[in-house]
Amino acid sequence: MRKYTSDGFYAYLRRDLLQSHRRLGEAASPLIFFVMASTLVPLGITPDPASLAEIASGIIWVFALLATMLSVGGLFAGDYQDGSLEQLLISPQVLVMPVLGKVTAHWLITGLPLTLVSPLLGLMLFLPEAGYLPMTASLALGTACLSLLGAVGAALTVSLQKGGMLLALIVMPLYMPVIIFGAATVQYGIDGLAWTAPLAILGAMLAAAIALCPLAIASVLRLTSIN
Amino acid sequence: MGNPSLISIENLRFERDDTTVVSCDQLHVNVGEILQIEGPNGSGKTTLLRLLTTAIQPQEGTILYCGKSIAECRFEYLSDILFIGHQSAVKLTLTAEENLAWMAESELSSAASLRALESLGLAGYSDIPCYKLSAGQQRRVALARLLLSDARLWYLDEPFTAIDRDGVKLLERCMEDHVSSGGAVVVSTHQDLDVQDVRHYSVLGESLLRAYS
Repeated sequence: MRKYTSDGFYAYLRRDLLQSHRRLGEAASPLIFFVMASTLVPLGITPDPASLAEIASGIIWVFALLATMLSVGGLFAGDYQDGSLEQLLISPQVLVMPVLGKVTAHWLITGLPLTLVSPLLGLMLFLPEAGYLPMTASLALGTACLSLLGAVGAALTVSLQKGGMLLALIVMPLYMPVIIFGAATVQYGIDGLAWTAPLAILGAMLAAAIALCPLAIASVLRLTSIN
Repeated sequence: MGNPSLISIENLRFERDDTTVVSCDQLHVNVGEILQIEGPNGSGKTTLLRLLTTAIQPQEGTILYCGKSIAECRFEYLSDILFIGHQSAVKLTLTAEENLAWMAESELSSAASLRALESLGLAGYSDIPCYKLSAGQQRRVALARLLLSDARLWYLDEPFTAIDRDGVKLLERCMEDHVSSGGAVVVSTHQDLDVQDVRHYSVLGESLLRAYS
């Protein structure tokens, strides 16, 4: 009995989570980067609470974006090198489900921890109290978007030896709408406006990304394997 | 249709950067047959196997599976093949058993994978991360898939790399068992196979082969 499509999702989700579990140090680096980079801001710009409070939401969002972007590059690289990507491409199952499984694993390893740790950084950067809930909510949805969009870039650059910079150039424009509505959610929350409105748009983006990105990734992966 | 070949290749051509890498006018793989693909390095053995697995698409020609084009019956065809290439797809951070579990095409019982590992001489190594195993042992983990799969067609690209003499014998027995139970094997290797009824196919074509000898 062959695997059903949902099994492909769980098989790859489980495998990637297990791999990260075995290399916890590597899996934790995006989170450590996120925390350390945010620490640089009070050191480098100003330790003044009032000025920090004004830029806190933007800083947290920018570094969450960068941390995701740096980690997403390796999403398919290992599979490409050891031949398991080829095995995936010649398996009879629908490519979309394993791809979605891998991206979900990536979000659980990077996006979710970033979201959970962000209130701590908010505290350090004197984020106004009203901003915490919008920030965590927007990061939860937003980082999932970032993982999905980043995975498209990772698939495009998978066959390149040093694709990191190119990946950044491809992915950055795609990240712009996400950070606009993500940071707006936090700002609306702080200003006492209806922050659920930009959050809803972020949710809509995520829904579209879940539907479309795996398709794009699957067809890009087929293209890269041609040679 | 009588007894059609499991695989028939007709006028297959694959070019890369204006050079013909694979040109194969006619090739059949029949049930119960071991086909050894031979040729010097760079003659396109791996490319031919990758064409057969649909990892790459030919510019010209067709591959028929049980008389139907593989594009038409993609799901059936891909469900019926097992490819083990140069890169073994073994994840080094995972244990041998975990590797077999994610590569398996169906739910795999722990007992079954342990049995497969045991018959490949990996008893006692099933719960060790694969990066601690030697190159030959990692190869054996990949080859354990052969015992767990119900695919009829095996495509093996240089399966003997890093495998010791006993391992080679073991693998040859596996291939014989597989073909005698109605399967077929296409294997590319430089070694002489010690199996019954092996058919040879040279990727260079006969005229060039004569020029070589």
